Amino acid sequence: MVDRMEAKKKISPGMTMTQKILAAAAGLDRVEAGQLIEADLDLVLGNDITSPVAIREMEKFTAGGVFDKDKIALVPDHFVPNKDIKSAEHCKCVREFARRNEITNYFEVGEMGIEHALLPEKGLTVAGDVIIGADSHTCTYGALGAFSTGVGSTDMAAGMATGKAWFKVPAAIRFRLTGSLPKYVSGKDVILHIIGMIGVDGALYKSMEFVGDGIASLSMDDRFTIANMAIEAGGKNGIFPVDALAEQYMKEHSKRPYKIYEADEDAVYDQEYTIDLSTLRPTVAFPHLPENTHTVDEIREMDPIKIDQVVIGSCTNGRLDDLRIAAEILKGRHVANGMRCIVIPATQAIYLQAMEEGLLKTFIQAGAIVSTPTCGPCLGGYMGILAEGERCVSTTNRNFVGRMGHVSSEIYLASPAVAAASAVTGVISDPAEIN
Amino acid sequence: MKKAKGTVFKYGDNVDTDVIIPARYLNSSDPAELALHCMEDIDREFIGKVKQGDLIVAEKNFGCGSSREHAPIAIKAAGVSCVIAETFARIFYRNAINIGLPIIECPEASRGIEAGDEVEVDFDTGIITNVTRGTSFQGQAFPEFMQKIIASEGLINYINSK
Repeated sequence: MVDRMEAKKKISPGMTMTQKILAAAAGLDRVEAGQLIEADLDLVLGNDITSPVAIREMEKFTAGGVFDKDKIALVPDHFVPNKDIKSAEHCKCVREFARRNEITNYFEVGEMGIEHALLPEKGLTVAGDVIIGADSHTCTYGALGAFSTGVGSTDMAAGMATGKAWFKVPAAIRFRLTGSLPKYVSGKDVILHIIGMIGVDGALYKSMEFVGDGIASLSMDDRFTIANMAIEAGGKNGIFPVDALAEQYMKEHSKRPYKIYEADEDAVYDQEYTIDLSTLRPTVAFPHLPENTHTVDEIREMDPIKIDQVVIGSCTNGRLDDLRIAAEILKGRHVANGMRCIVIPATQAIYLQAMEEGLLKTFIQAGAIVSTPTCGPCLGGYMGILAEGERCVSTTNRNFVGRMGHVSSEIYLASPAVAAASAVTGVISDPAEIN
Repeated sequence: MKKAKGTVFKYGDNVDTDVIIPARYLNSSDPAELALHCMEDIDREFIGKVKQGDLIVAEKNFGCGSSREHAPIAIKAAGVSCVIAETFARIFYRNAINIGLPIIECPEASRGIEAGDEVEVDFDTGIITNVTRGTSFQGQAFPEFMQKIIASEGLINYINSK
């Protein structure tokens, strides 16, 4: 962190999109990379794993109480519905805290969803916001032009108590996206391609700022997926400019006013990459790091990689676009003999819409199972734990050692299209080749 | 501030929070219970061998992945007095400071210290001494603001004291 400060870059008059949002939230005319600031928060988020630790810390505060009961979101989603007695105790702790403090945005089973799919859908995150969440994938809301970043439980506690958080203003990397994505290539492939290119610490402490005319061709669901995995490149946040599509999304989902910030033309970036979306291929991250990427073309040249389980869901890829493309591939087909295919819509609204569109029927007829929203298998919680030596193709975000189960199990990260195609064939497959 | 002195456990690049404390144990938030499983998926012998005051030295991007504060909590509760790495993942960095676990970025120390070495760290000066090999390294000193948080043994005490 600190060695980057010593780069002693010439001070520029221009600010990045992230820097402008942070300056405004800190009440400053300008900020520069490396500066320590204290910013006002628009939303503080926690889940059933991180909130109990934050609540314990909250109790140490001499001032007492939360700063604003409308600006805190508590979403039990990781081990929910409760997977065991200890998890049930954690959820009870969060539930009772929410009641005691009259938290407006507490989402009980039946209303909850995976937090990073749920909050934008509920209109709680909009452009220009400064959001911290005690969950690393809080960076998802950058898709809407917000500054949002993951923190730990103590920061969450301090945020809930004071409505403020300290930040070191990040330097930035600019990703200029051009062209449009080919069939069966999605936001997941874009972000896996980027992580493969820059590495799991390629954006360490920095903001990843996406620009360029290629963005117009990306759906909101694609953008959420891309921003979601900024943390897998070490990024502090990922952020998209606010275009007509993002504004339409916010108008449909939120009553809150939003504020659009744009990077200065002379903003300074540590690095810049141009990515022609039309050249991207379905991409898979091999164990045990998200940077170990291979395209389906490279995989075709390897010995077939036999898999035991497919998971389609998570805060990365449990949205409607994801379920639609998976259903398109699974329609009229059946998962391979011995394959376990687990589909998890990320929120109740997505679940319901998927039901109305007949997607759930397609999944069940194809031999997949459909679960209520939960983070469950992504972090090895429950609902699809892997045994010794088993392999899983998963639309989730991390393939670390032991992440989904036994330390010798293997996770291959991929898009919903690749996951669905692989579920059908039983080996890691290019969706174009089965359709 | 205090000094740290102990034996080093050495790890490589990208030690993630899933191996520091696997999610299967996150149905507890009790520090002592979390400590029992600290580093379990990367080093099964760690928890049997670690003594109060020992240090962890790693290479790049230590603590990458999840935001779970349970990771630095488990390391601190296991008795570790300081973590030295070439770089830290940013959420882990914040979390460690916020709970009062001293951490220092120092690429030279990361390269010049091996498992089992006796190492001493002076938090005031940032000087890391490898007692076993008779070498020393200048680690990054914390900005004053972060020093105050660590000296207060965490962010909450620091805010309370303001």
